[in-house]
Amino acid sequence: MTKARRYDAIIIGGGHNGLVAAAYLARAGRKTLVLERRPLLGGAAVTEEIFPGFKFSVFSYVVSLLRPEIIRDLELPKHGLQILPLESTVTPMDNGDYLASWADPDESRRELERHSRRDAEAAVVFGRLMHHMAMAVKPIIGMVPPDPSSLSRSDLSSLVKLGGHMRSLGAERFHALHKLMTMSSADYLDEWYEFDPLKATKSASGIIGTFLGPRSPGSAYVLLHHYMGEIDGAFRAWGFQKGGTGAISESIASAARAHGAEIRTDAAVDRVLVRNGRATGVALSNGDQIDAAVVVSSLDPRHTFLDLVGEAELPGELVDAVKRYKFRGSSGKVNLALSGLPRFTCMPGPGRHLRGAMSISPSVEYLERAYDDAKYGEFSRNPYMDIVIPSMIDPGMAPPGQHVMSIFVQYAPYHINGGWTDAKREAFGNAVIRTLARYAPNIESLILHKQVLTPADIEQITGLSEGNIFQGELALQQLFFLRPAAGWAKYRTPIRGYWQCGAGTHPGGGIMGASGRLAALQIVGTK
Amino acid sequence: MLKTTPFHSRTAPLVRAQTWRRWAGHQVASAYEPLPEHEYAAIRNAAALFDVSPLHKYRITGPQAAHLLDRMVTRDLAKCAVGQVLYTPWCDAKGKVIDDGTISRLDRSTFRLTSAEPNLRWLSMNAVGLDVRIEDVSDRVGALALQGPLSREILRQVSPADFDALKYFRLVSTTVRDVPVTISRTGYTGDLGYEIWVDAANAVAVWDALIETGTPYGITPAGIWALDLARIEAGLVMLDVDYFSAHHALIPDQLSTPFELNLGWTVSLEKGPYNGRRALREEKARGPSWSFVGIEVQWESLEAIFAERGLPPHLPNIAWRTSAPVYKGNQQVGYATSGCWSPLLKKNIALAHVMQPHIAIDSEVRLEVTVEHRRKQADAFVRKLPFFDPPRKRA
Repeated sequence: MTKARRYDAIIIGGGHNGLVAAAYLARAGRKTLVLERRPLLGGAAVTEEIFPGFKFSVFSYVVSLLRPEIIRDLELPKHGLQILPLESTVTPMDNGDYLASWADPDESRRELERHSRRDAEAAVVFGRLMHHMAMAVKPIIGMVPPDPSSLSRSDLSSLVKLGGHMRSLGAERFHALHKLMTMSSADYLDEWYEFDPLKATKSASGIIGTFLGPRSPGSAYVLLHHYMGEIDGAFRAWGFQKGGTGAISESIASAARAHGAEIRTDAAVDRVLVRNGRATGVALSNGDQIDAAVVVSSLDPRHTFLDLVGEAELPGELVDAVKRYKFRGSSGKVNLALSGLPRFTCMPGPGRHLRGAMSISPSVEYLERAYDDAKYGEFSRNPYMDIVIPSMIDPGMAPPGQHVMSIFVQYAPYHINGGWTDAKREAFGNAVIRTLARYAPNIESLILHKQVLTPADIEQITGLSEGNIFQGELALQQLFFLRPAAGWAKYRTPIRGYWQCGAGTHPGGGIMGASGRLAALQIVGTK
Repeated sequence: MLKTTPFHSRTAPLVRAQTWRRWAGHQVASAYEPLPEHEYAAIRNAAALFDVSPLHKYRITGPQAAHLLDRMVTRDLAKCAVGQVLYTPWCDAKGKVIDDGTISRLDRSTFRLTSAEPNLRWLSMNAVGLDVRIEDVSDRVGALALQGPLSREILRQVSPADFDALKYFRLVSTTVRDVPVTISRTGYTGDLGYEIWVDAANAVAVWDALIETGTPYGITPAGIWALDLARIEAGLVMLDVDYFSAHHALIPDQLSTPFELNLGWTVSLEKGPYNGRRALREEKARGPSWSFVGIEVQWESLEAIFAERGLPPHLPNIAWRTSAPVYKGNQQVGYATSGCWSPLLKKNIALAHVMQPHIAIDSEVRLEVTVEHRRKQADAFVRKLPFFDPPRKRA
């Protein structure tokens, strides 16, 4: 056992939140060390050459809500952040037609008018309301969650500020916000629209990463997350990172190093060292111990509390809460190396639609039936899929003329009947290709290589418990001051000097970096 | 009627939103798609193909061709080898800039000059008594700019020239699919890029070859809107936008010297007599009274100005070209002449003239912005140009 020199802060996990936290801590002058178990940085935001010449954003595949303040504070463009536009969404319909949403608002309106004049007009009013809703929620994403049951001065002042903010919304918008927080996305969209493929495609964004169907209450809230990206759209931080999502992680790592942080890969942490209720460092799997004044875990709550520390060091209520915290991974990923471009029956030939997303969401019922399969422990026979072809946007992702395709698939429940086996994975991959082939018949003939990732694979490779891409569902009972557990939403833990900064803390989810930043600011402000 | 370029039969069907504009009497695309985002992204990520044929082009030949140009422009032609390209402004006798462009030395006694405005008369006036022939070949030569990190890869597929040996601001006479062309490693984007000069009669064949070969590399026809974003990031001046020609200026305030346009590096003080030499020497000794700089608006300040009106910041898709005052304290200390949101740098940037010697690089100023019909001032930093200068440009 070797005793290394002492650090001010050790970050466990080199995912994007861990790296963001490290960069902010180093920027504040802390001697910071990041320890990543895998040989490459990024966690779920990694680019890997799975098949020679073909690069994949293996897990997370688009940038949506990366916080503009992080881009500015860490000067990420200087470190390689380059976000390319990815804007259209095309939904193939079962009758051979399609529904498209383009970057140009006039084109999108005309397209929607083709299907429903009423919906085309409703979209304008809906868009304005969602703009206001997103403006209402935006400050919440940027704040350390106050505890409404606390009487501390800082909690009260945050709550008063938040209360004032909510009052300023006015009655109409407050009511709309309440509905969004409680309704199902299908019900909410029914109040606005009539064209089924439109409702289905919009509600699909309400189910991503959760174990909910479009008709499950609570799914409307996630719709709002989608629009958050739109108001930050002014900053144009939405799209596809050049080189894949791993390049985002690399840019954050580069910024962290520029501020003096040290980053080690192939360095798995076995446990956090605790003495007298205080964290003193970490023990690595290879037996090394490293001391630090502050230890920050960017892993999900299960790993952070139960694995790295253990029940004996923690209050019983927290242990219970973490055990009850819902992961329930519900999505899988299929990555394809293709010898050429797929031909979609609804829009044959190459074209700009292939530079955007193709959404397999022909109807709300289709999505709900996909959920039904999952509810009873099976993967969806006809799953919802969000498909992008990154090589159409960044030619560097595949050899010239060949392509990579990323297919996000839901539902693939972690808790599948009989557990995930190689045969099950194969069957799941086949269901995905079969479904896609209904809309793009030439797909099978193009496949050079296929990588199928089930939630069990995601858990095994990235460490995300139950393969949940958000480090825990974005469900109302575990958001804001309840993320990950009541009383422990401010990035602290019951162990002094031990902090949490992963997506399992507020606000969580997506390649946002907000959790990492807020945690680092809390740590810096505390000491 | 505006003139069309030799590539019109190929570009016209691609201009989906009929967003045309005029450039030197020609009809050219502002953008091919309704919005320029993909076209801009291609410049910085893949390869963008611009039709730059409207540039005025002059072929200058004869034993004293170099002498003519040396008398006219601020750079030293003695330093221009065969196969080299020089970027240079040219001035009137008072050292005020008339125009700017490139000089390509095609062989010992043959040059091609490009310019934003017609310069035949000015060339002829300067050629009095010299053994030189000046031809306006503007309509006879088509020009394409292929700009972006993959431009070299694409050219390798269509041309036998040795592109590894072709350095920045050098040119090569070669072929594209058997069509004779000159390819210069030049451009107006601040990125790795090339310009391809071809006989107008063969222009379309070159376009077709590039599109066909470039498609797997993401080649994207791009218009002036995208080009404008890139050239602002690259800190490159534009005539009639960032400065006025001495031939058109109505009042002295509209005149600029090369030093005042951040082009001091192009001014040779050693070479023989040329238009404006004395004035420029004096200005150099005295120090210019203006400088041309970058302005970087502070996002938090812009956000606060919009928040006052209950709005998130609104950023335009294309560059602006209206003059905006620059302040320090209660004083106006300059004016910005063009600016944009840089999609790459994630910064709100502008090009500006500021008074010297008072306004230093990295000092804080304020830029006027209009939000919801109200004039406001956003905090900003003065920055050295260019904003963006990737190593691949010269590598």
